[in-house]
Amino acid sequence: MAVGLAFPDHAAGPAPRRLSPARLAIYVFLAFSAAFFLVPIYIMIATALKTMPEIRGGSALHWPVAPDLVAWFKAWSSACVGLDCTGIHVGFWNSVRIVVPSVFLAVLVGAINGYCLSFWRFRGANLMFAIMLFAIFIPYQVFVFPMISISAFFGQYGKLPGIILVHVIFGMPIMTLMFRNYFAGLPIDVFKAARVDGAGFWRIFWQIMLPMSKPIIVVAVIWQATASWNDYLLGLVFAGRDNLPMTAQLNLLVTAEMGAHEYNVDMAATLQTALIPLIIYFVSGKWFARGIAAGAVKG
Amino acid sequence: MKRPHRWAPKIAMLPTILTVVVIYVGCLSWTVFVSFTDSQSIPDLTPSGLEQWIRLFLDYRWRAAMSHMFVFGAFYVIGCLVLGYVLAIFIDQRVRGEDFFRTVILCPHALSFIVTGELWKWYLDPEFGLQKFVRDLGWSRFTFDWIADRHLAIYTLVIAGIWQSVGVVMVLMLAGLRSVDEDIWKVTRVDGIPALRVYLSVVPPMMLPSLLTSVALLGTGAVKNYDLVVAMTGGGPGIATDVPSKFVMEYLFERSNIGLAAAGATTMLLTTIVVAAPLLLWQAWQRRRRLARNA
Repeated sequence: MAVGLAFPDHAAGPAPRRLSPARLAIYVFLAFSAAFFLVPIYIMIATALKTMPEIRGGSALHWPVAPDLVAWFKAWSSACVGLDCTGIHVGFWNSVRIVVPSVFLAVLVGAINGYCLSFWRFRGANLMFAIMLFAIFIPYQVFVFPMISISAFFGQYGKLPGIILVHVIFGMPIMTLMFRNYFAGLPIDVFKAARVDGAGFWRIFWQIMLPMSKPIIVVAVIWQATASWNDYLLGLVFAGRDNLPMTAQLNLLVTAEMGAHEYNVDMAATLQTALIPLIIYFVSGKWFARGIAAGAVKG
Repeated sequence: MKRPHRWAPKIAMLPTILTVVVIYVGCLSWTVFVSFTDSQSIPDLTPSGLEQWIRLFLDYRWRAAMSHMFVFGAFYVIGCLVLGYVLAIFIDQRVRGEDFFRTVILCPHALSFIVTGELWKWYLDPEFGLQKFVRDLGWSRFTFDWIADRHLAIYTLVIAGIWQSVGVVMVLMLAGLRSVDEDIWKVTRVDGIPALRVYLSVVPPMMLPSLLTSVALLGTGAVKNYDLVVAMTGGGPGIATDVPSKFVMEYLFERSNIGLAAAGATTMLLTTIVVAAPLLLWQAWQRRRRLARNA
């Protein structure tokens, strides 16, 4: 199977009517698992809606008696992030400015690479692809220092275009992998027919291949958007103080040692940082899981 | 058919080729090379032999960080594999609400490790979190303060890590289970082989691709693990949860010893190679076999 786009389908046949003890055990296990996965998300929401006296009085797992949005607004617009007490909304917009262009560019580059590697193989293409596949696994610590020198050389260290480009560089291998596997699954005759008709490199790409790749484009956009929104290390190193992404600002906000800890504000800021990926996850539904199957490194 | 386009793919892929050569090969080689120099706050390219490597492995904190990485990695990988496989098996039993369970299990994976760390730090806070909740229920002596315990804090990272990542394994394993030939299931039913044996010894070899992929993803994830530690424990209490990724970042940016940091980063790279090798070798072998069959 070239791409996991067919997956996930459902179990064959309907669920049995009778509830035997064994099946009851399965449901009990799954219910406990569901609780394990949901409780941390639940306490984030519950805490964000509480007042500090209520937090001190009870435990994180109680639902607030009188939910209010004071902490929510404070986290967004007036909590202290480092020295600036302007809330985490600054980080939110920084992340938007970083993520949107980097998704567009990484997906485009990945599509072009996948197209070349599937239909226009040239000498050395295999080696290049192998290096890219391996690069997916390598820790960023191996690259960051010389990359700072390079981006400083071009005057982009700590600037918005610099961090966008860094995201494109590290997103590209997995984007390439997704598109290459997808194109490899298309019938080669489509390509051959276009060639016979005299269509050139770019025309085949823009007018035939790209319109045929809508499913993988959706998967790639979801993947890259989630990955670059959730990034911390690259943003911390390359974005610079003025473009610090939301994850980095969240960490500054929570670890700020000044004054008493406002756990409700911390959790509201955490929820706000988690919001975009959560929305992507719930809106995209099965496409998110398809991305995992497609992005799981297969040769 | 005219062939004026031989250069087109190379030009189209020029940015990629440059990236591969300059970043993936160039920067990586630079870091490996610098680990054999005496670079302090600025890179100095005169070789100094194994000096940094000896310093690194004599460093108490580095050795602690490495052992934390291995402990975290072992429990995280095995925990994710076992729980992910069990979840996939249970979900594959034609249960009602399959979509619900799948959505819930995979949900944490949408969150960043920073968010995951903040959540679990709060959840496991002895004063306000789970421990307080259970005590309020009446078990007044219930204790779960691992996150503040020097010896046990690393396992709270394992729990949070599994929480975030096990959904991926579940998805991959479920795909693996459903790619097993329908006839195999029929044969095992007809022969009356117990379900436990089917899942323990009959099916796993057929799911080798899913298994190898999971191991490589999780294992290299454990080497990369940085955000979760920063957000959840900050490496503490003391250096109880310090990890190589954090050590390297500190020596790069705060303690200005680039040579030592480069030796640390190279060690991370070597660990990554060892962890990802089974998958990459298996893939190369598969490709060779495919080619041989086509020839």
